[in-house]
Amino acid sequence: MRIELEKRPRPSTLLSVLSPFLALALTVVAGGIMFALIGKNPVAALYSFFVEPLTDVWSLHEIAVKAAPLILIGAGLSVCYRSNNWNIGAEGQFIMGAIAGAIVPVVFHDWHSPLVLPLMLVFGMIGGALYAAIPAFLKAHMNTNEILTSLMLVYIAQLFLDWLVRGPWRSPDAYNFPVTRDFTPEAILPEMIASGRTNYGFAFAILAAVGLWFMMRYTLKGFEISVLGQSERAGRFAGFSSRRMIWFSMLLSGALAGLAGISEVSGVIGKLQPIISPGYGFTAIIVAFLGRLNPLGIIAAGLFLALTYVGGEAVQLTLNVSDKVTRVFQGLLLFFVLSCDTLIQYRVRLVLSGLGRSGQGEAH
Amino acid sequence: MKKLLLALATSAALLGFSAAAGAQDKTKVCFIYVGSKTDGGYSEGHDRGRQELEQALGDKVETAFLENVPEGPDAERAIERMARSGCALVFTTSFGFMDATIKVAQKFPDVKFEHATGFKSSENVGTYNARFYEGRYIQGVIAAKVSKAGVAGYIASFPIPEVVMGINAFMLGAHSVNPDFKVKIVWANTWADPGKEADAAKALADQGVDILTQHTDSTAPMQVAAERGIKAFGQASDMIAAGPETQLTAIVDTWGAYYIKRTQAVIDGTWKPENIWDGLKDGILTMAPYTNMPDDVKKAAEEVEAKIRSGELHPFTGPVKKQDGSDWLAEGEVSDDGTLLGMNFYIAGIDDKLPQ
Repeated sequence: MRIELEKRPRPSTLLSVLSPFLALALTVVAGGIMFALIGKNPVAALYSFFVEPLTDVWSLHEIAVKAAPLILIGAGLSVCYRSNNWNIGAEGQFIMGAIAGAIVPVVFHDWHSPLVLPLMLVFGMIGGALYAAIPAFLKAHMNTNEILTSLMLVYIAQLFLDWLVRGPWRSPDAYNFPVTRDFTPEAILPEMIASGRTNYGFAFAILAAVGLWFMMRYTLKGFEISVLGQSERAGRFAGFSSRRMIWFSMLLSGALAGLAGISEVSGVIGKLQPIISPGYGFTAIIVAFLGRLNPLGIIAAGLFLALTYVGGEAVQLTLNVSDKVTRVFQGLLLFFVLSCDTLIQYRVRLVLSGLGRSGQGEAH
Repeated sequence: MKKLLLALATSAALLGFSAAAGAQDKTKVCFIYVGSKTDGGYSEGHDRGRQELEQALGDKVETAFLENVPEGPDAERAIERMARSGCALVFTTSFGFMDATIKVAQKFPDVKFEHATGFKSSENVGTYNARFYEGRYIQGVIAAKVSKAGVAGYIASFPIPEVVMGINAFMLGAHSVNPDFKVKIVWANTWADPGKEADAAKALADQGVDILTQHTDSTAPMQVAAERGIKAFGQASDMIAAGPETQLTAIVDTWGAYYIKRTQAVIDGTWKPENIWDGLKDGILTMAPYTNMPDDVKKAAEEVEAKIRSGELHPFTGPVKKQDGSDWLAEGEVSDDGTLLGMNFYIAGIDDKLPQ
């Protein structure tokens, strides 16, 4: 006996549109049951999770702070994935962007000039792009699998950062703690509005996502990306080069991940330390797919995922539940989103061996 | 006009007063942990304190906590969330929350903050810490008496003064028994990561140490020690459950009394930022029962503990030389607290090179 997924001949368009909402509803029900089982009021819990963070200017800002890197990286990745290039190493490009950008305030900390910040941002993008150039080169010229190379390079970046902040870049006045010196005020990405912590990283994220959406929809480049992604051969007939596309998409996503890295370090942390990302580069992959590889969808998905983080803390504090409960909740949410998408496109068949295809199981 | 203003001002003041009085019904005290509140070690130690506070002050307090908060940008959000949710007193219990605590405290001058193990304070931020080195000295004495190999393994976290001080105190204790006692140090570069801690413990056991001690938070090293049949010291919580045949003793953080005292001060309106550094005699740390050792060792350990409590013995008393052979403390000289809190050197007899 085995279970098979069979493509539905005509998946319902209505359900495809409703899928994210359906998933949300299922999560709310399952989550409510979970909260009830551990003896907490499910309504209060769900309220703190999804609604409370939206009722307060401060937590709206916090959502934007958390969403900015996710959107920036996710938007870049969507171009990669649409063109059939699987950059899994955005986390590493994020870190290398942060390191490259931090050269200015760490190594030249005595240099005070309004040029510091723009230079940092440019360095950040170059750093991320150069780091993405390694798997791009390997794929374009040696036919290496970019999933493996980009992923492995993440660990190298993490360890390189670790070595830097413990070794040559360690601050002379942080009591031996592994951090660089604090960035000077001109090296800090300023906050956008006085009411909260949202910095210009969020503006970069929105601009990048809208720009990429425009490119994908209205330009020849966007068409080239889709064609090469769907059929390399067809692309070649149209005169597009898949090798050039590897370079373009990898460098673009690397640069955006690098920009996210330096924005986070400059706007939120204010120095380099061994861990600068709670896995933004990987979470952004989820964001890219939740947003269905559409840059505008990715804005929504990034904000939503950020809401679950901020809401998760709110639940912990108001109901005194363990943070594991909120992690389970996030897991439930992603599970339902993916299973709704899958079950709308496919149906589940239970194949009993020996009995041919007579045994039939329906999706729940 | 003047009267009107006065009336307005009075009513505003009254309003403010009644609001404050309303808030005083229950004082909300909040805790932020770097690890899980059931980590069996450091964060659990703080959570025990939180529970004791709830029991002691009952209806007068309400507590809340956030656990597994990474040291970094997320910490600032978590602390600000507490300040916003009506916490009157916030305990930020890990070193890495220091800058975030100071930053949030500036925005919320009416909320009181207490940061554990740090060195920055302000009008509404106090610091508190325990003289863990007193416990580590006792452990050193025990280690040197129990170890047959004459070498202990030390799983250290970060090369900050707190940790370096602990290593030195451990070795001073050991050298008081056996001047040739050696230590092997592994820097795990984490406060709490059972996988890394276990790897460090295995590496040390492979190198032939027969005593393990740790300055990390989880029970993983204790479990490895139990598997390898060597002895170990618990950290921050009594870890006897993880090693019934293994644990010699543990430094147990007993923050409860301190949390109760400080919360009471907030309730009474007498809270002032202080820089507290209490020791065994104040009850902010205690030693778990001395187990799995011969009676004479147990007796020696108890004697040393009693001497430290009474003030007769200060672990950092000369003569002590630094690792490079230069003199640090002369005969009978006791180190001042400032040197201890900024400690960035090893004492003589430690072969490791301090990462700088």
